[in-house]
Amino acid sequence: MNIVVLSGKGGTGKTLVSTNLAVYMGANYIDTDVEEPNGFIFLKSVVEETAYVEIDIPDIDKQKCVMCFKCVDFCEFNALAKTKQGVLVFDKLCHSCGGCKIVCPVDAVNYKKKNIGIIEKGKANHIKCIRGVLNIGEPIAVPIIKEILNNLDDTLNMIDASPGTSCNVVKTLEYADAAILVTEPTKFGLHDLGRAVKLVEDLNIPFGVVINRITEENNIIKDYCKENKIHILAEIKHDKNVAVLYSKGELLLEDDRYKEIFESLSNKVKENLLCK
Amino acid sequence: MKIAISSQGKEKESLIDLRFGRCTYFQIYDTDTEKLTAIENSAISSTGGAGIQAANLLLNENVDAVVTGILGPNAVQVLKASDVKFFTSGIKKISDIISDYKENKLEVKEY
Repeated sequence: MNIVVLSGKGGTGKTLVSTNLAVYMGANYIDTDVEEPNGFIFLKSVVEETAYVEIDIPDIDKQKCVMCFKCVDFCEFNALAKTKQGVLVFDKLCHSCGGCKIVCPVDAVNYKKKNIGIIEKGKANHIKCIRGVLNIGEPIAVPIIKEILNNLDDTLNMIDASPGTSCNVVKTLEYADAAILVTEPTKFGLHDLGRAVKLVEDLNIPFGVVINRITEENNIIKDYCKENKIHILAEIKHDKNVAVLYSKGELLLEDDRYKEIFESLSNKVKENLLCK
Repeated sequence: MKIAISSQGKEKESLIDLRFGRCTYFQIYDTDTEKLTAIENSAISSTGGAGIQAANLLLNENVDAVVTGILGPNAVQVLKASDVKFFTSGIKKISDIISDYKENKLEVKEY
């Protein structure tokens, strides 16, 4: 069973919710926010295993290449360019689709491996933790996310997704049985929540919303959820002490005042999302 | 010799577009025939690698030199490997840039 925690807008509390909830529910914590994975900081995870993630990048055999540039015309991502000297490969734009090799009439396209990041596995607070780390400067994260999610345990997995609604989030949601959308009562939070809701609805994934940093009982997110008949799973009040704990890299669960937030959230997730 | 100028419009009175990969048009001036032709920049809507695509578009037009504001590193690689020369200009009308070229006043840009 995979629960994906996403947000639309960044910085609304995905990691806060997913780390605390994973520990509370005894779920595996999976960080697929590979561009800036920070869940391990709060879990104080001890890494026990590291694996490298490699992708295939075209390597043009200049002896065989007849400079027909069929590969260049085929590439949707502009990863190949035509020049007077032959085909130029731009590694960082390549999606490893394999099309250039198929269209080459003289079999001049080979592939070479390129490391784009790592996957770390470890333990913390009696739960298993996995995170992907994309190399700095690498633009394509999906191969790491795929590698992590294709090899999950068949138990409860709490997946901390990337912000936004880009390929990284869509790929993560492909593996979701349920989704928790974390947002904040700002116009920006509402706007991006709308995009995230559209995405999970299109993918037919049961979901609910967590409203974080609430300053007023009635707020634009609450109105939106009411209007659209969306379950509110938790409401976390704006509280300086939460920010202090977070900035120290501590879990909220360590403070009894906040434990009940996750107790109630855990119950609502079970009632509303996992039973479906 | 063919010179491509990144342009905001397709008239000779249009202004240069200082962006290369995502300019709206390229105006191509042929020094032999003195003809000016505008082509749409199909790279403008690409999700990534616009500079590379725009450079390839110009190579398909057999362009020998490019006048633009800033060229990205990817476009530079493609054009350099094809011996294209680089010029730069401040915001001016395309017709004035052509006059500058004829009077040898265009600034050569090294990458």
